[in-house]
Amino acid sequence: MSHHVVGIKVYIAIFLSLMVLTGLTVWVAFINWGFMNDVVAMSIAVLKMTLVVLFFMHLKYQARLLWLIAGAGVIWLMIMFALTLSDYRSREWIESAFTRPVPWVASEEAATYQAEQMKAQESEDAGAHH
Amino acid sequence: MTMNTVATDNPVPAGSEKHYLTNGHTLSSWLFTVDHKRIGILYLISLVVFFLLGGAAAVLFRLDLMTPAGDLLRSETYNKLFTMHGIVMIFFFLIPSIPAVLGNFLLPIMLGTRDVAFPKLNLLSWYVFMAGGLLALFAIVFGGVDSGWTFYTPYSTMYANSNVILAVCGAFIAGFSSIMTALNFVVTIHKMRAPGLTWFRLPLFVWAMYATSLVVLLGTPVVAITLVMIFVERLLHFGIFDPALGGDPVLFQHLFWFYSHPAVYIMILPSMGVVSELISAFSRRRIYGYKFVAYSSLAIAVIGFFVWGHHMFVSSQSVYAGLIFSFLTFFVAVPTAIKILNWTMTLYKGSVSLQAPMLYAFGFLGLFTIGGMTGLFLSTMATDIHLHDTYFVVAHFHYVMVGGGVMGFLGGLHFWWPKMTGRMYPEGWAIFAAIVIFVGFNLTFFPQFQLGYHGMPRRYHEYASQFQILHVMSTAGASILGFGYLIMTGYLIWSLKFGKVAGSNPWGARGLEWETTSPPPTENFLVTPVVKHEAYAYDVPSETSDVQEPRPEQHNV
Amino acid sequence: MSDSHPSHLAHQFDHVEQQRQASTMGIWLFLITEIMFFGGLFTGYIVYRTMYPEAWTAGSHELDIALGGFNTAVLIFSSLTMALAVHAAQVSNRRNQVLFIAATMILGLVFLGVKVVEYSAKFEHHLIPGPNFHFPGDIGTHVQLFFSFYFTMTGMHAVHMIIGEGIMLWLLINAAKGRYHKDYYNPVEVVGLYWHFVDIVWIFLFPLLYLIGRH
Repeated sequence: MSHHVVGIKVYIAIFLSLMVLTGLTVWVAFINWGFMNDVVAMSIAVLKMTLVVLFFMHLKYQARLLWLIAGAGVIWLMIMFALTLSDYRSREWIESAFTRPVPWVASEEAATYQAEQMKAQESEDAGAHH
Repeated sequence: MTMNTVATDNPVPAGSEKHYLTNGHTLSSWLFTVDHKRIGILYLISLVVFFLLGGAAAVLFRLDLMTPAGDLLRSETYNKLFTMHGIVMIFFFLIPSIPAVLGNFLLPIMLGTRDVAFPKLNLLSWYVFMAGGLLALFAIVFGGVDSGWTFYTPYSTMYANSNVILAVCGAFIAGFSSIMTALNFVVTIHKMRAPGLTWFRLPLFVWAMYATSLVVLLGTPVVAITLVMIFVERLLHFGIFDPALGGDPVLFQHLFWFYSHPAVYIMILPSMGVVSELISAFSRRRIYGYKFVAYSSLAIAVIGFFVWGHHMFVSSQSVYAGLIFSFLTFFVAVPTAIKILNWTMTLYKGSVSLQAPMLYAFGFLGLFTIGGMTGLFLSTMATDIHLHDTYFVVAHFHYVMVGGGVMGFLGGLHFWWPKMTGRMYPEGWAIFAAIVIFVGFNLTFFPQFQLGYHGMPRRYHEYASQFQILHVMSTAGASILGFGYLIMTGYLIWSLKFGKVAGSNPWGARGLEWETTSPPPTENFLVTPVVKHEAYAYDVPSETSDVQEPRPEQHNV
Repeated sequence: MSDSHPSHLAHQFDHVEQQRQASTMGIWLFLITEIMFFGGLFTGYIVYRTMYPEAWTAGSHELDIALGGFNTAVLIFSSLTMALAVHAAQVSNRRNQVLFIAATMILGLVFLGVKVVEYSAKFEHHLIPGPNFHFPGDIGTHVQLFFSFYFTMTGMHAVHMIIGEGIMLWLLINAAKGRYHKDYYNPVEVVGLYWHFVDIVWIFLFPLLYLIGRH
């Protein structure tokens, strides 16, 4: 919370960097890097955000308390992403647990049950494709 | 705390001196006030109205549940009534209750400052709250809402034939009001403490307000955007949660509970703050393990964000995620247990006096412990499969929200009533009402644990006849509970005119708020107080002659 | 209240520095609520995009990179003019304050104008989610989900822009009256922080909506 006045030259430099990064993000979108496209696009966006936050929003010159506040916002966003996705990313695990052969199941009954499950799964998959 | 008081306990009749209540008598002096104390009173009046409306709905459907066939109400009406009860009580009573009334009134006084950091924003928050509340009431009265307070999709977005949109808008608008209050509190606590009032001299009520405000700031916006999604899906037919388009209704539940589980801590943390004040004041002891109680509020606020998935064990949420959420939920019990332990240790060898506020504090201890412990049943995934969406859950969260939240609110209201109004409430009646409320509450909700355990689902209009006896007990309890609230409302209003005039510090408590007059002057303190002790310095002689210094130009920069 | 209480110091504060710190902290707290507000939409976006990657690519191909890129540039430029407006207030330059605030407002309106053009193109192509949505192929319904998010996200962003325009009109009037100078420029700074935040949201929306699977 200083009275630090950021110079106009710094603002212009940040502006030009942001424009270059915008161009860059469009350019790399047309190159096939597989899933890395998303990683690169998000990295550039985070870099742009950092420039805006540090210089346009003066966070670089502010008290640590404001860094903490801004950081808390980002961390809580990550909590929301991570725990929500912990549900969606693990949903199919339970199905694969049903269809995977289980060697230690010795009883005939269990084997029949498992075969039925696999069959049901297959027909469901086939149904989904048509 | 400085004990050299601005005015001593001289029984000047209220009204003849200058204080915040006599500073303007016109309606506009109230409606356009930026005084945090008057805004607190505005909130108190509005919240009492909402509480009575929500309570009336509860009384109606409880009467209806006396018979297995539900002879009093039509099923649609029943659905609308329990929805009204939920929406009104949660969004328009419990969430704002302690922060908006007691917090608004007390926080700046406890901090030794003239007002909150943004007084106009504070007033705006009341108007926004009223706008949201009236919109929701309008939705309820003209047509009703039957989706339950949770607005679960796809029912709320595709099938409900009721005013979901209006109620959603009301809740959305009210959310801004909580955010404004919370933002005000956090900034005020950080930037406007009186000289000498370090973080670890703050009353635990202030710590609780701080933790609550953080939850509000980080959680409320998420439910706001979730309600926007409901809005666009229902009104504009965007398919966001529509399974027909490949959307996932469980996503709604994730986003909804991301806020609405921490919202439970918005309701309970302030109560814990109040109880810390009460227990210390009425056992005349420094609070045991001050830092643990303070930090446990923050711990609850943080951990509260990691547990929302325990509301979704029987949705299509992955069992692995359920496992994680179940495990994390147990951790909330730890800081809560720390608090209970520290309160109990504060009582130990204290000179305990059983006045009405303390009775509510004891009520809180017992009932909230039951509520918290049954919460562990429900956070265990396997038991939750059996108990999910039964009356066990209903009983559990009423023990938490009423046994915890409302008990704390009532205890605090009685404790600070002389400060707010300048009058004492009648002690005998208050003790009687506290006992009636305690008995009525337990009779209402304890049978519901049994109902749920035996498999009675919540939100059902009709039920199997074997459950009737427990339902009748519950309804009987609800009438006793309602009677208790009415007695209380009656004597509190009576005391405004006929109550004994209270001095500055009727309880002999050591918090900063007791050093100004009752009711406080508009600027709270005539001279800026300089704080030398924490708010529980009962072991320090009270007549320490701390010299009042003029407010220095620079502090806590 | 002491005699040293200048007119721009509100009654509840003791000194100007305390007031400045309070307002800066207040707006940062408000901005984290905004992070969480948009965060809900981003969560939904991530969940559905991982479910239906092809539909997201197909939907993204319907968007116009040229218009989106142009708008990104416009918004970044408006952030620059906003920063310069704060600078002008910090050095008590009234003329430049008015100039740069007005420039920021005009750039914001350009952004919104382009958005209207884009929305109406979607309307013509039946890409507005709802009963009239039409997209050929098996993944059509999933593409509708993409467009639900496209419209909700950009719509919420546009709502923030419109609110920003309103606040800036008020700021412009006060700046023209010479209310802000080197000792008191909190409102300019606060509005600036809000505007930069809105810019940051777009910095993420642009690649997430326009640039999926373009290779």
